[in-house]
Amino acid sequence: MFFYMQILDIDGLQNEDGSFSGDIWGKVDTRFSYIVICCLSILKCLDKINVKKAVDYIVSCKNLDGGFGCTPGAESHAGQIFCCVGALAITGNLHHVDKDLLGWWLCERQDYESGGLNGRSEKLPDVCYSLWVLSSLIMIDRVHWIEKAKLVKFILDCQDMDNGGISDRPNYAVDIFHTYFGVAGLSLLEYPGAKTIDPAYALPVHVTNRILFTK
Amino acid sequence: MHGRPRKASNPEEEAASAAKAVKLRSLQSQFMKNHHDKIYTEEAIELSMKLLEINPEAYTAWNYRKLAVEDSLSRIESDPNLVNSILDEELRVVESALRQNFKSYGAWHHRKWVLSKGHSSIENELKLLDKFQRLDSRNFHAWNYRRFVVELTNRSEQDELHYTDDMINNNFSNYSAWHNRSVLLSSLLAQNADGFMPNERIPDEYDLVHSAIFTDPDDQSGWFYHLWLLDQTLNVETPLLTSSWPSHGSTINLSGAGCLNGSSSKFTTFCSESGSFPLILYFDQAVGGVSSSTVTIDSELKGNEDLVWEPISYKNSQVSCVWVTHLKYVSSDPCEYKVKIRVGNSPGIVSSRGHNFRAPYEFVFTAHVHDTVKDSQEGIVSWTDGFDIWDAKSMDLNSLITLDQLQAEIDFKWRQEAIDSEVECFGILSDSKIGNLTLARLLMAREAMLSDDAVKGVRYEEILQLYNDLMALDSSHYQYYKDEHSVAFLHKVTSSSESLSRHLFRYRGMNNLVCLRLNNLSLSRIASVEKLLFVQMLDLSHNELRSTEGLEAMQLLSCLNLSHNKIRSFSALDSLRHVKQLKVLDVSDNHIGKHSVDTTRYLCSSPLSNSEWSQDDVGRQNPGLVTKYWDAYFVLRDLKLKQLDIAGNEISGNEFSSFVLQVVPKLVWLDGQKLGN
Repeated sequence: MFFYMQILDIDGLQNEDGSFSGDIWGKVDTRFSYIVICCLSILKCLDKINVKKAVDYIVSCKNLDGGFGCTPGAESHAGQIFCCVGALAITGNLHHVDKDLLGWWLCERQDYESGGLNGRSEKLPDVCYSLWVLSSLIMIDRVHWIEKAKLVKFILDCQDMDNGGISDRPNYAVDIFHTYFGVAGLSLLEYPGAKTIDPAYALPVHVTNRILFTK
Repeated sequence: MHGRPRKASNPEEEAASAAKAVKLRSLQSQFMKNHHDKIYTEEAIELSMKLLEINPEAYTAWNYRKLAVEDSLSRIESDPNLVNSILDEELRVVESALRQNFKSYGAWHHRKWVLSKGHSSIENELKLLDKFQRLDSRNFHAWNYRRFVVELTNRSEQDELHYTDDMINNNFSNYSAWHNRSVLLSSLLAQNADGFMPNERIPDEYDLVHSAIFTDPDDQSGWFYHLWLLDQTLNVETPLLTSSWPSHGSTINLSGAGCLNGSSSKFTTFCSESGSFPLILYFDQAVGGVSSSTVTIDSELKGNEDLVWEPISYKNSQVSCVWVTHLKYVSSDPCEYKVKIRVGNSPGIVSSRGHNFRAPYEFVFTAHVHDTVKDSQEGIVSWTDGFDIWDAKSMDLNSLITLDQLQAEIDFKWRQEAIDSEVECFGILSDSKIGNLTLARLLMAREAMLSDDAVKGVRYEEILQLYNDLMALDSSHYQYYKDEHSVAFLHKVTSSSESLSRHLFRYRGMNNLVCLRLNNLSLSRIASVEKLLFVQMLDLSHNELRSTEGLEAMQLLSCLNLSHNKIRSFSALDSLRHVKQLKVLDVSDNHIGKHSVDTTRYLCSSPLSNSEWSQDDVGRQNPGLVTKYWDAYFVLRDLKLKQLDIAGNEISGNEFSSFVLQVVPKLVWLDGQKLGN
């Protein structure tokens, strides 16, 4: 695996401003920053990129509402926030996040009626945000600002009790992604029986601990 | 897959779906063959278009088209008409794909790629954007594309600001437009562009956002914009020194390891084994560049040239609100020394937003060095016995709370007027959750700007009542309001020397050391630490604290009681790693080990956040336990504790206790028991 990594030329995809392009066609998005940092951290070769510049670029995508977008100036979106906060967490740079400002924006994603979380204001709640918003809140220690029990209920309401699986919202079609996000969300909400996962990697904690604590 | 109703499909639907899939798969495999074989004939290109019309998310098809275009362009001579027709075709394909799915990442990026080749007019693009933004004003792809076009064509920020005017007036519920507006305005205000002076512009913006808020109070957009305006009103760009220890005009008494009898009743006594005392600077915002050249120290205390200043912050950060250095003294050389500090002696102290600390600021204190009398007995610290009420009359109260703040040069007038006007506006909304929250925030902002001590502190009761009401009105954000309530409460306690003195006691067990007791107050959050830099003994027991975030500034703290709180892990105590004086720590009866989810996992410097760490013997001999109790390991090994209480936590037990003894070999008391040597 490590051998093949050298062929991938990761640092060739890092741009001057610290951002990462998805491929040779140059599309830039903070999602790519997260993917690179997450993967390289697990493979214990973060030194293949310029971490400081990568962090600087992510910080340049920070918005006035405390959130993050896909590129500088882009509107805050829960998915991008997860990517940026996750990348900052993994590289030990959460001090760049205004935790109170972002925490408030994130906890306002919760819908009063259904208990579900949306990804931006005035949008519908969706189970996938149970991971993006929830993980972000956990990483900045503000998850106590949402009503957890209501969110658990929302996720459980999204189950297809006949055929199994979890959908994006109640009574919609299930798919593997939302099933994963729903289960991960339940784990982060300490639902009994769910294995503990790490909020930055969405991997089981015993796996991340084993990888990262081995010198 | 989003937004598809759940329904059982009948055999006909399944058959139709299967047929569609067969067709699509056949199209895809034909396309992939063309792509792999680098076939760019008209027919092949047409095939890719067919694929994209069905599935605009076929990312590889967009990349194929880019290769095909480059291939075509390389064949023709640079005949502009031919070039235009090739690129026009790409734009047409993008438009038709966007009609299928106007949120297709691949389609929008392809258009950007075409435009980067210098093709298409700004009018065409803005027209297209208009179309899509009318379909969905929150389409962030369209907004991102708009910003891209604006940058490419150098459209002015003022023109773009007018566009947000149009969008907002068309529909107040347009977070994307408000967001764009805040980005443009920030830039124009920072440039001090014509017609964009904060004192004129910000009040205008308040008027604009009121229309949104009062038209549709349930819509979040206006409220978030209002929060940003409040930040613009409150936050002074130039960094200021908020407080220091020692404070201006104070006298501190310094001695060696053994403290003087009786004199510790002065909260200004500091005993040190190392023969040095901390000099703490607390700024109103994170700054960098504090060093022995930007901060000069003029004193006869010997051995204090070229001091090293440290930011009290996370490992990777070069900026902080709190900076510390240590000044040496020799206790065998008793004397009174005047110490003059000049902050900003030379330029270099810069806020993280890029603003310079302006005028040099001087303050003076006296260091009275005493002879060490004898080694005092270090008995166990008890948090329940041995406390006497501190006699407020015996000390000069004013020196307790210092309000050093360079306000002269700051234009506060328009800010105070704006806040007063907003308070009046929101004072009438009684049953709106967000209205009440905004009022509470405004009142807090007003308190923060007051400099007249007599008036300060008066409105805190109103703020606390608002948060109590909110906890009842909006239970889903209960903990948020609770945290804000704690912050307001601590602001109130520290708003005057008089209110603070009610929480001060003397602890006989440590030669009458002054103890700040903030126990049993339902505190869920720590605040106002800049006013509490003098604290050496702190009782925060029987509260609802989840972490010690904020305590890192308390550089003098040697005894801390956190028992009976809601601390879930040692990672939540990470900030204590900066408190090098800490000797006595009580975290008994908390929730350590009770929860599977660690919410401070990434707020604690460790290998998990890719911090470098040096292996020590404990790590080498017990790798399993180090991984199991990683946060206790990293936090405790940085401290030089003499006394620790950990009983009453889920994590407590023989295995953990013996691990702790390995990590903290110099511990004298564990859970009330004296340890043998």
